[in-house]
Amino acid sequence: MKKELLVPSRRSVLKGMGAGIVASAFPGYTWAQSSASIKLGFQLHRTGIGAAYGRWYERTAQAALKVVNDAGGINGRPVEILFEDDATDPKRGAEVVEKLANDGCDLIFGPLFSHVVIGSAPRAGELKIPYLVCSEGYHVASGMLNRWTLQPGITDVRSQVSSMAPWVAANLGKKVTMVYPDYAFGYDHRDFFTEAIKAQGGEVIAQIAIPPTETTFTRYLPQIPAETEVLYHVMVGPAVLTFVKELGDFYGSGARPQIFGFIDSLEAVDTASPGLEFLEGTYFWEAMNRVKQDGQSEAETAYRAAVGVDDNGASVTDAADVSTYSHMFSVWETLHTIKAGMEAAGYQSTADRQKFVEALEAMTTMAEGPGNPQGDKVFNGKTHQVFGHQNISQVTGGKMMRVHRTSIEDGQYPDAVDYTTMSF
Amino acid sequence: MKVWVAHLAVLAVLGVLLAVLPAYHATNLARILTLAVFATGYNLAFGYTGLLSLGHALFFAAGVYGAALPVTYWGLSPLPAIGLGCLAGGGLAALVGLLALRTAGVSFMIVTLMFAQAGYLTLLYFGQITGGDEGLVMPDATALIPGLSPDTARAVIAFTLFAVALLLSLAVIRSRLGRVMVAMRENEERSRMLGYNPFTVKLSALVLSGLFAGAAGAGYALLFGYAGASFATIQYSILPMLWVLMGGAGTTLGPLLGTAAMFYLVDGAARITTATLLVVGVALVLLILFAPKGILGTIRERGARWIP
Repeated sequence: MKKELLVPSRRSVLKGMGAGIVASAFPGYTWAQSSASIKLGFQLHRTGIGAAYGRWYERTAQAALKVVNDAGGINGRPVEILFEDDATDPKRGAEVVEKLANDGCDLIFGPLFSHVVIGSAPRAGELKIPYLVCSEGYHVASGMLNRWTLQPGITDVRSQVSSMAPWVAANLGKKVTMVYPDYAFGYDHRDFFTEAIKAQGGEVIAQIAIPPTETTFTRYLPQIPAETEVLYHVMVGPAVLTFVKELGDFYGSGARPQIFGFIDSLEAVDTASPGLEFLEGTYFWEAMNRVKQDGQSEAETAYRAAVGVDDNGASVTDAADVSTYSHMFSVWETLHTIKAGMEAAGYQSTADRQKFVEALEAMTTMAEGPGNPQGDKVFNGKTHQVFGHQNISQVTGGKMMRVHRTSIEDGQYPDAVDYTTMSF
Repeated sequence: MKVWVAHLAVLAVLGVLLAVLPAYHATNLARILTLAVFATGYNLAFGYTGLLSLGHALFFAAGVYGAALPVTYWGLSPLPAIGLGCLAGGGLAALVGLLALRTAGVSFMIVTLMFAQAGYLTLLYFGQITGGDEGLVMPDATALIPGLSPDTARAVIAFTLFAVALLLSLAVIRSRLGRVMVAMRENEERSRMLGYNPFTVKLSALVLSGLFAGAAGAGYALLFGYAGASFATIQYSILPMLWVLMGGAGTTLGPLLGTAAMFYLVDGAARITTATLLVVGVALVLLILFAPKGILGTIRERGARWIP
């Protein structure tokens, strides 16, 4: 008897598995629907390499959803968000777009990683469902995607990088050595910063590309020319901790160039972590200051409280759980832009999706406020890309304190595409 | 004869399903059929010839880029591009096979894995052309078959690819070559004594397998609009193995069954838990424990001996 309980027969297990597979084949149809609510699909990096971002993107989306619903929803209708994990994979991403569209979502938003966006946008365009990305990739404004894909919540990397050059050249130095990952994200930095610093009378004297499989960097560091005035670094993934430590060992306590990095390296990482002491006194780009700054706006105070982030940028319930503060605001701002766009378009049903996209394309400015706590923005309807202020912070006592805030103009560049001339 | 009729009947059912299923499930079926071509090819090498390769992502990605690059840079139309992708997969399999087949067993797994990894890094290295990790967007699916809606064109192409792959694989395994492939799997030494050259037989199986993988990669990129280096990652070497194991290694329809089962298993599990891979893992452990020959393999063992 006991044996039977512990060791089910092959037949019963196969039967159970078969039933499980059949049952799991139609999950979409078991999801309760409310005809009155607006359904937003969220393509979430819940697992895979984007999981640290995904965790905070989900929290931010939930917080924004609560605020929007508490204020009466969209067009007086309650809003709900359907989250679906894309495993930070472009193939699964496209399937998730399909699934969310099939579940009757009015639109889809939320992905960060470029390859997921590029893998999913074609299907969103074909299904004619608005696809609002929070990706900071230049792929939207470059014209690579389609009329249904927009990025109204975060400035793209080309703009971020370009806007850093004037301050770097004026304050840190003009001879720059760049260290970046040897793949597309790194190339955006390499190409756009090289161009931007040149316009400021500076130059990139060495470009050191690090292959993605590298786990130690000691053999690259001697390639940094001695006359380097500014070391510009952008690394992603856990390798950044090793990189910083080895950089510290390399320079020791002797003279070192000014060091400027992108916070992407350290999103969800505590800058006061052991091994990161070498970062003291170095500079970072931040889209939004993780550490509470003097004179923090009322809107940001409310935002910080709503998403559950403390004054140091970590979760209020767990000081070791550091947020992805320079990216996650895009989810909040995108949801508020969705509200503004749907209300401007008089959005009623999925039949109004085109009207919604046209309403977004007609937007020009977004004022700083509860919906845009990161700051005011300029939206370019032709390129489907938003532009905003950026910040430069210095690590002081283990905390990143703002030393400069760029103007929106610092990050603007000529249009590469006019999506409004494309058909829907 | 009975076997051919059964396979044609399965194809007929698939054709009907593509036509009558709701759009969402029809598109999923098109995805499954395209990926099942990959699995069917993998099955020829693994299921019938006993070649456990961990490098099939390379052949799949060769198909992806064999089709995507000419379409992107020379404006080639999609259908001939699928042919090119197929050849790219087969060609690369021949090249890898010539070197890797000097090894066997675990060494073969490692060597194929290394080749695939080298292929992945090559795609990243030439990122300016291949789009690297970000990838390339393929032309609008309306160009697939002029005059047909994207959904219809996708269904037609996916179905055709799968039908050709299935019938071809059936023809191969019922041919003289197919029987020798099985002989190699069962006892290489004895087959050699009987006068068959293991190297040429295994190379033929691997090239066939690569052609299938290439066709699937090309089809997947063009039908679903995206080519990227992620298709060359280890994941895409493991997946066809899992699909084949689940459906039944060494059965012609097992790969399709496994691909479909795994697709809906992941799709359903994703809504319930973040641990989708755990669900897949548990399913596989159960399978290995209670039905080590896969779904169809077990059915065959239990009486339906005629299943090829």
